[in-house]
Amino acid sequence: MHAALVKKLVLTVIGMFAFAFALVPLYDVFCEVTGLNGKPDMDAAETSYLVDESRSVDVSFITQTKQGVPFSVRAKEFSVAVKPGEMSELVFVAKNLSSEQRVMQAIPSVSPGKAAKYLHKVACFCFDRQPFEPNQEVEFKLVFYVDTSLPENVQELTLSYAIFDISEVAQQRDTSITQPFTG
Amino acid sequence: MSTQVHSAEHAHDEHPTGIKRWLFTTNHKEIGSLYLIFSLVMFLIGGAMAMIIRAELFQPGLQLVDPHFFNQMTTVHGLIMVFGAVMPAFTGLANWMIPMMIGAPDMALPRMNNWSFWILPFAFAILLASLFMEGGGPAFGWTFYAPLSTTYSNDNTALFVFAVHIMGISSIMGAINVIVTIVNLRAPGMTWMKLPLFVWTWLITAFLLIAVMPVLAGAVTMVLTDKYFGTSFFDAAGGGDPVMFQHIFWFFGHPEVYIMILPAFGIISTIVPTFSRKKLFGYSSMVYATSSIAFLSFIVWAHHMFTTGMPLAGELFFMYATMLISVPTGVKVFNWVATMWRGSISFEIPMMFSIAFIVLFTLGGFSGLMLAITPADFQYHDTYFVVAHFHYVLVTGAVFSIMAAVYYWLPKWTGHMYCITTAKWHFWMSMISVNILFFPMHFVGLAGMPRRIPDYALQFADFNAIISIGGFAFGLSQLIFVWCVYKCAKGGESVPDKVWDGAEGLEWEVPSPAPLHTFSTPPEVK
Repeated sequence: MHAALVKKLVLTVIGMFAFAFALVPLYDVFCEVTGLNGKPDMDAAETSYLVDESRSVDVSFITQTKQGVPFSVRAKEFSVAVKPGEMSELVFVAKNLSSEQRVMQAIPSVSPGKAAKYLHKVACFCFDRQPFEPNQEVEFKLVFYVDTSLPENVQELTLSYAIFDISEVAQQRDTSITQPFTG
Repeated sequence: MSTQVHSAEHAHDEHPTGIKRWLFTTNHKEIGSLYLIFSLVMFLIGGAMAMIIRAELFQPGLQLVDPHFFNQMTTVHGLIMVFGAVMPAFTGLANWMIPMMIGAPDMALPRMNNWSFWILPFAFAILLASLFMEGGGPAFGWTFYAPLSTTYSNDNTALFVFAVHIMGISSIMGAINVIVTIVNLRAPGMTWMKLPLFVWTWLITAFLLIAVMPVLAGAVTMVLTDKYFGTSFFDAAGGGDPVMFQHIFWFFGHPEVYIMILPAFGIISTIVPTFSRKKLFGYSSMVYATSSIAFLSFIVWAHHMFTTGMPLAGELFFMYATMLISVPTGVKVFNWVATMWRGSISFEIPMMFSIAFIVLFTLGGFSGLMLAITPADFQYHDTYFVVAHFHYVLVTGAVFSIMAAVYYWLPKWTGHMYCITTAKWHFWMSMISVNILFFPMHFVGLAGMPRRIPDYALQFADFNAIISIGGFAFGLSQLIFVWCVYKCAKGGESVPDKVWDGAEGLEWEVPSPAPLHTFSTPPEVK
């Protein structure tokens, strides 16, 4: 008498448990579609050829190193003025401050969040895990452009990198050290 | 009636005795009692933790406990009160009352009922044991935000995760049992719109439970794998997102607060008509209001996260959706007031608790509305104002309703009237001390005192001393309650079948005390 109803309810419970995990990709899809959360693409963009000469946008670069993470990462220029569509290059100097081999991962985010999908990176050190020798200093090149369809009211953007030390995780799966993480 | 009961008792003569009687019981009344006793024990343990918190906050500076232990106390106090006290108390009331209210002989799935209770003590034993282990118990707040619960927590976090898993399984089984009972075991003639409101609100609560408890289980599982198995659900370094934790948690967490208040609405809607000697005003609007609240609870979760840097459109949506909840809630409050309007009211203990509930819960609702205003929330967020708000809705709301329910049905359960003088002392002591305890928290919160801190700035010292005195008084007052219930269980003046002259419902047609088996033959509902 009760079996049919109990079955439906148990299936609902299992479904909701699965839904909790489905929320993880759905969250990313939602952020991508709406452009919320300032999560930029982690894939390399195509080179841009079309340049909008009529306006200029200021792009600033900041890096945040979490407490206890032995890296220093700085952009050589704090801020650059670019025209939408124009290809730009920028050099970041990164140094391993420890005397051990370390692996770094940079996670980008863009502010204001809604501008995230208009900032395209053609080459970025954040696409890959970056292995460092003890005390090694490395220069990374960031190649990027701002999309010509960037809304008019956005006049400045900030690209921020959170720097993580992933040496322990990388050691566990050292088979593919240059493979980027995919969330 | 009594001959039926007699024969039913004979059929079950081989009843085990002693501890086995309780371990093996499948009887809804015995399991209901187990749930209620368990929740009372948890209420006292969680309350003892609150006493430690208030003792530490009595003066500025660190005097009694170190900050890490203080954090464990705030965390475990929250977990115990939510999952150990309020939720099992409502499940206990559901077990006792739902079959009697709908004319069913028992819950639909009695063996599962036994299991869903008996796994609970293990869950809380695990959680409480972690407090005594090296490193201590969970200290990241009952909301266990990542990365506090992943990167920065100690190795005992796995125990917390398993305890929450077991609590979740227990409430899911309880909810399935309630739904199957209400859908399949109603007496002939007990149509949907004749259901007592306590049954209605519990049916809707049970649906909320099976919808969101699995999401909580998912969230703690993700914390577990992030911490111990190298996944990166909430770790930005691995492509995850800590803010996503808050979205998943509050997708569970907001319906959860309605899980803790909808059955309370059902209790108040039962008690107020009894002592106003009138039918409940707007029965069907109560049913629809409860359903609307349940629906809206799924689309307001991000109002807990206004300060996470949400876009303006999101903040506006969640602000308006949250404010919308005050409409069905207002319908309920007005219905209770309209029920009392021109009724011949008498002030028995359950009615006193119910009226206190209506006034103080509404007050908590108002501070909730203030918190819903996004720009204001930036000021109130994570302050004692929030603590004041949710204690008004959970203590003077949920807990007062549970006490009202106990004072209302205890004579039916035990067959004795409790000592009214003792109960009055309990009511007035609680009523006064709870306001001394929680009302000044609004002011210290507005003045900027953050929550979850063991020390505070000097200007909050006087108010915190007052709050602590209120807290100790409220804590002690609950011992009067324990005494009153104990005395009533042991003996007292016998009560008739219909304990309250204005009461309506099938539960008053069975003898007092309610025999182990009732409605073995379904009653006819006209």
